[in-house]
Amino acid sequence: MGFLHRHRGLTPYLLLAPGIVFLAVFFLVPLGFLGQQSLESGDFAVGYSFTWAWGNYWDAIHQYHAWLVRSLLYAGLATLLALVISYPLAYWIAFRGGRWKNLLLVMIIAPFFVTYLIRTLAWQTILADQGPVVRILRDVHILGANGRLLATSTAVVAGITYNFLPFMALPLYVSLESIDKRLIEAAEDLYASSAQAFLRVTLPLSLPGVVAGTLLTFIPATGDFINAQLLGTPRQAMIGNVIQSKFFNLLDYPGAAALSFTLMAAVLILIAIYARVIGTEKLTG
Amino acid sequence: MKFIRHHLLTAYAIVAFAYLLVPIAIVIAFSFNNPPGRYNYTWHGFTLRQWQNWDGVPGLKDAMVLSLEIAFLAAVVATALGTLIALALVRYGFRGRGGTNVLIFVPMATPEVVLGASLLVLFLNLGSAVQLGFWTILIAHIMFCISYVVVTVKARLISFDRSLEEAAMDLGANEFTTFRKVTLPLIAPAIVAGLLLSFALSIDDFVVTYFNAGSEITFPLFVWGAAQRGVPPQVNVFGTVIFVVALGLMLINVLLQRRREGVST
Repeated sequence: MGFLHRHRGLTPYLLLAPGIVFLAVFFLVPLGFLGQQSLESGDFAVGYSFTWAWGNYWDAIHQYHAWLVRSLLYAGLATLLALVISYPLAYWIAFRGGRWKNLLLVMIIAPFFVTYLIRTLAWQTILADQGPVVRILRDVHILGANGRLLATSTAVVAGITYNFLPFMALPLYVSLESIDKRLIEAAEDLYASSAQAFLRVTLPLSLPGVVAGTLLTFIPATGDFINAQLLGTPRQAMIGNVIQSKFFNLLDYPGAAALSFTLMAAVLILIAIYARVIGTEKLTG
Repeated sequence: MKFIRHHLLTAYAIVAFAYLLVPIAIVIAFSFNNPPGRYNYTWHGFTLRQWQNWDGVPGLKDAMVLSLEIAFLAAVVATALGTLIALALVRYGFRGRGGTNVLIFVPMATPEVVLGASLLVLFLNLGSAVQLGFWTILIAHIMFCISYVVVTVKARLISFDRSLEEAAMDLGANEFTTFRKVTLPLIAPAIVAGLLLSFALSIDDFVVTYFNAGSEITFPLFVWGAAQRGVPPQVNVFGTVIFVVALGLMLINVLLQRRREGVST
């Protein structure tokens, strides 16, 4: 311990070193390799070589913009749905949960305890053509006599919504729960209707949760390919499906790498716009 | 009016909970299904056969064992590394703190498919020195778990009373003793939470694993392969067991927390 006493300033770096080195080597360095790979040309049989092949990015955008747009659209829709579904639920737990709050929270994250793929397969069962949901929707003529849910965009968006919902609900709950209830009482004492109190006090105070929740849902959802694969058809394929098949079926590593970076760039641009609209100070907390 | 609104919200909450829990109920129910063929999509009648014959599908048990091994190792290593980072971030001011925070945040904000793809490219570029398999899966899982551990432990470190540590130091304990006797017991619940979270993230991961597994098959990869040709009901048996164990651990955690809070107030 003598060494540490003489060099107290070193302690934080010693604590950081193992984890940060690990993240640098297995997160940052791979991103660098991915960047390099995205600018290579050639083909799998001969081998790829680095040639500043910016054309890979042009190809990525030119050939696959439909997949990119679809991914962002599905992810955006699912995020919006998850917000609409989980806000009232998080509100109810935070304000009415009482001593059962923690137990109710466990119920919200319960879907996470079932393996991702298995719970997506359960949605296959629920939405299947012979299943009860399709039958009811056909009976009330929301779906045509041969209408189906499985293998449609609806099924894919529904699957993504369900799978990422806890990512939305938890931050919402945390920000709603931390609101000082006296502020709302004060608003009501000052003759605000409960709608006004909600819109002017509760909602603005819960915005950090809304921001965190939307980001935590939207970002992973854009890269998802499981829902499109299991609940959709190739016509619902997302950018993740393309990246996956370029890597494993087409062995087009540069193309896959360029698409991965294009996806990241698209997500970062959208987040930047979002931050602009909502105000950066709310993004950081 | 207020009465209606009050109960409307409660009714809504019940519907929302049903939406969250019905798919889980289906997973459990279909582990008791008795399908005639390979497809376990429609209900054919109750049986205990799948539970008695849980090891009846070749490869399924091995996949589960591999997933458990990796989840255990990944959780231990990621929790150790992540806890140290959290201690440095909360307890010390140092140059490069902002950069460290960014490096912790960015992996959580990166789509999994990019994480998986970039690691695969790294391993491919290292050539024959690296064989895709157990170790590459383990490395990948530790990588994406660290950030979550840091966030969990950091939250606990920030929230507890610094003066307890100062009191120990005033009473003559050195830094190491203070850490062992005061800090560590106080952040123990967060460390356990980090362990459980990492374990859950690891055992559930499909995308990153898919890219870096080589010919190894974890439980989610097995389910993925089976999904192409009809999922055997035994998969639901394993899914149910994982669910029940995870839920049990979570409920114990909630009860312990309630008891602790009961004592302190």
